[in-house]
Amino acid sequence: MSQISGVTPAPRVLTTEPRRSDRIFQRVVTAGGLSSLVILGLIALFLGYRGFEVLKQEGLGFITNSDWSISTDDAGNVVESHFGLAAMLVGTILCSLVAVVIAVPVSVLTSIFLNFYSPQWLKRFLVAIIDMMAAFPSILFGIWGFLVLMPSVEYWAKLIHKYFGFIPLFELKPYIVTRSPFVAGVVLAIMIIPIITSVSREIFAQAPLDRIQAAYALGATRWAMIKAVVIPYGRSGVIGGAMLGLGRAMGETVAVFTVLNIVFQVNWHVLLGAGGNVASLIILKFGDASPYEIKALMAAGLILFLLTLIVNALANLIVKNTGKSGR
Amino acid sequence: MTTIPAPRKPWALTPQARVREVLLLLAALITSIALVQVTPLKGKLAYFFTFFAIYAAITTFSQYFTRGKAAAKDAFIKTIVVVGAVITVLPIASIIATVVSKGIAGIRPGLFTHDMSMATPTDPLTNGGLLHAITGTLTLVALSLVMSVPIGILTALYLTEIKGRFTAPIRFLVQAMSGVPSIIAGLFILSAVLYPITKSYSGFMGALALTILMIPTITRTSEEVLLLIPNDLREAGVALGGTQWRTVAMIVLPAARSGLVTAMILGVARIAGETAPILLLTGGGDKVNPNPFNGSLGSLPYFIWKSFNAGSPEAITRAWAGLLVLLLVVLILFTLARLLTTQKMKAR
Amino acid sequence: MDTAVKPHSLASVASAGRASSTTSLGTGLEARGIHAWFGKNHVLSDINLDFAAGSVTALIGPSGCGKSTFIRTINRMHEFIPGAAMAGEVLLDGEDIYAPGVDVTKIRLRIGMVFQKPNPFPSMTIGENVLSGLKLAQLKVENQDDLLEECLERAGLWNEVKDRLDAYGGSLSGGQQQRLCIARSLAVRPEVLLMDEPCSALDPGSTLRIEDTIRELSDSMTIVIVTHNMQQAARVSDYTAFFLSEGGPGQMIEVAPTSEIFSRPKDQRTENYVTGRFG
Repeated sequence: MSQISGVTPAPRVLTTEPRRSDRIFQRVVTAGGLSSLVILGLIALFLGYRGFEVLKQEGLGFITNSDWSISTDDAGNVVESHFGLAAMLVGTILCSLVAVVIAVPVSVLTSIFLNFYSPQWLKRFLVAIIDMMAAFPSILFGIWGFLVLMPSVEYWAKLIHKYFGFIPLFELKPYIVTRSPFVAGVVLAIMIIPIITSVSREIFAQAPLDRIQAAYALGATRWAMIKAVVIPYGRSGVIGGAMLGLGRAMGETVAVFTVLNIVFQVNWHVLLGAGGNVASLIILKFGDASPYEIKALMAAGLILFLLTLIVNALANLIVKNTGKSGR
Repeated sequence: MTTIPAPRKPWALTPQARVREVLLLLAALITSIALVQVTPLKGKLAYFFTFFAIYAAITTFSQYFTRGKAAAKDAFIKTIVVVGAVITVLPIASIIATVVSKGIAGIRPGLFTHDMSMATPTDPLTNGGLLHAITGTLTLVALSLVMSVPIGILTALYLTEIKGRFTAPIRFLVQAMSGVPSIIAGLFILSAVLYPITKSYSGFMGALALTILMIPTITRTSEEVLLLIPNDLREAGVALGGTQWRTVAMIVLPAARSGLVTAMILGVARIAGETAPILLLTGGGDKVNPNPFNGSLGSLPYFIWKSFNAGSPEAITRAWAGLLVLLLVVLILFTLARLLTTQKMKAR
Repeated sequence: MDTAVKPHSLASVASAGRASSTTSLGTGLEARGIHAWFGKNHVLSDINLDFAAGSVTALIGPSGCGKSTFIRTINRMHEFIPGAAMAGEVLLDGEDIYAPGVDVTKIRLRIGMVFQKPNPFPSMTIGENVLSGLKLAQLKVENQDDLLEECLERAGLWNEVKDRLDAYGGSLSGGQQQRLCIARSLAVRPEVLLMDEPCSALDPGSTLRIEDTIRELSDSMTIVIVTHNMQQAARVSDYTAFFLSEGGPGQMIEVAPTSEIFSRPKDQRTENYVTGRFG
């Protein structure tokens, strides 16, 4: 009964067309799906279009100079203008780096606590409130940071200067500690801790159970197991999470604006009360900007947009690949 | 005859061990307080660090002498890990405590029935209220929902049902979109819609920017929910002679209903307190404005921002009251989302 | 209908008594030279099999021999798996269901399917579940209540659920859910019912109830059932086909009336399998 014909035929080509309703459905859904592409493209396009004039006038100086001035005559025509983002970009990077440097260790410890030390009930509770904190409005962090946290952080800044002032990064000349990049960095750190925690918690939770049990079976203490299994597994995921947090910190506007003193001068000293931030610049100058200055703000927005896009893309690539390579 | 032994957990901490843990904690607490009192150290920070340092030292040494080097290291790390978790939780506790304690002073009945059109920032709290801000925020949320839910769910459907050749890039772009700074969304609407077309502030402009921020949240949550719908159900629908469209509309989406509602709630929580684009686009009026397409529209974040910057003690109290309302909104939304998801799990 | 070209002319062996007892027996179904691939992986080779109208055919064989893949090619569910490909023809009423221009959804209306795990639609009540096929395929029916009762009756579930048609399908036991899924398939009046291990997720009691249902249904339609349970094949089927994969793609080793397969199989491999010497 079981005759096998020696020849295997080629697979058939199925030519059946889907019904019209399905074709419409597929087109509508695809169109909806492409909206993210369209929106991102339009953002770059419009910000570039509006900012083009200023970008052309300033050239590379737009990111290397740090003047921001415009003077107009009585008729409102632009007489002279200098737009440069250098101080703002340096400030943005400085604040975000402070935030990441503080947030990453805290987040990693928290996620290790949640996954390997916390009792189940506590874990459920903490995960719920940390996730909720990620959705807290930034204005909440801004005002709380300004009124509650800032005095403490300024005190910490003085301590750091007192004991580590010999390190150039912590120099204070003149001695002004209010509204420094350090203060903004601490507020940003608190804002991005939930994000980094939730990414690293998920990555650590994927650490292979058989390897964890194998480590315990070899007589490892809990910490020895974490060091041998969990951290090597999750390392690149944590880096990805940190970059996600970095991207979020770089784009944060209102919270930074409330606690940061914006000065148009490049400043690398974290404790000094003179910082810069591209997003805050936009809020600061928007209110009474002339049409030409608005164009400069649009150009600044374009630079910030591209910067966060790159950081986010890298972060997502890293997080995505951790899951894959670890398995 | 067999006797069933009582179940026990030999691995649980014995009462003696628990007592010893508590005693160690107390010892660390007392020493740290004593140390701060005696030495020139001062402040909350000093208490915090001396306490944990002493606790770490005590547990590490006790483990070292009873169980050896590896256990000592383990105990030391445990303290460090707990410190990390405490540092994470402290700001949340502080934020909630501050907002509640300062905001409660500004909460009074008139708050929800009056707007600020007849009140100035320095007026006593009996004048004016939040009505315009609350209705404004509701308007913004409703408008953004209407725009972002279809796009978000369609995108999620593309990722889970069509699985076409753009699946990977779209998933990537949605991730990238979730990282777009809110101020950029505001600037974009400003440059693409407000300046060339409408030329005036309105609630609708704000809602457009919020939609951009909301789409990624809704898409990602909906995608996760739709991926949980067993493929069996899709096959059963098709095997009964349903087209893909009717299977999705009649079976997949209804089955995912509560999850999709969760996605919307999380989306709303994401944008309810969003401030930067609102500042650029809505104008932030002080009067209840029922028309989101014409005239400036107040909202909670704008009101908080304005009051905070006005600086008078009354205005600051108003800002805290606004923050409390905003915080409650986020809390309620999150509780709802969580209840919905846990119910979903029970039903399975 | 041209029956002369059937590779295995089983219609001749079909029990004539049963065939004459009902008026409409549905349609003959023929699979000709079916191959199936997943990507580059050739999983099913050259299956030729006829399903006589009004008969129950059981497909048996060890796991991974291609039984389920085969059954899914019969109502074009195979193509839902990414990378799937096939060759050969499936003739329903003498017409190839894979021919260009065929409306796939109409084919699936005529060839229903019951899945391994009971899968009532969670958002619908019991009543809505049974009638869901009508809505999905946009069919109009005069008297829905009669149809609902008839389908549940035929699936052997009416007495258990008639008082709670508004309850959700998820509230039923696993066996009841599976009978609900059978009732759901019956509502669109298919000519053929494919069952892919319908009892593998159920307890023995529920399994027997479903087997009763299958026997009752076979009076009025053609049934193809994939099963791992040889006793089940012996209990419910008129014909049994034995599938086997010997490293390569799955093949059909032997097909015969069920009593013959289990008493005097022609192929040694079939005998080894049915007597439990390997599997």
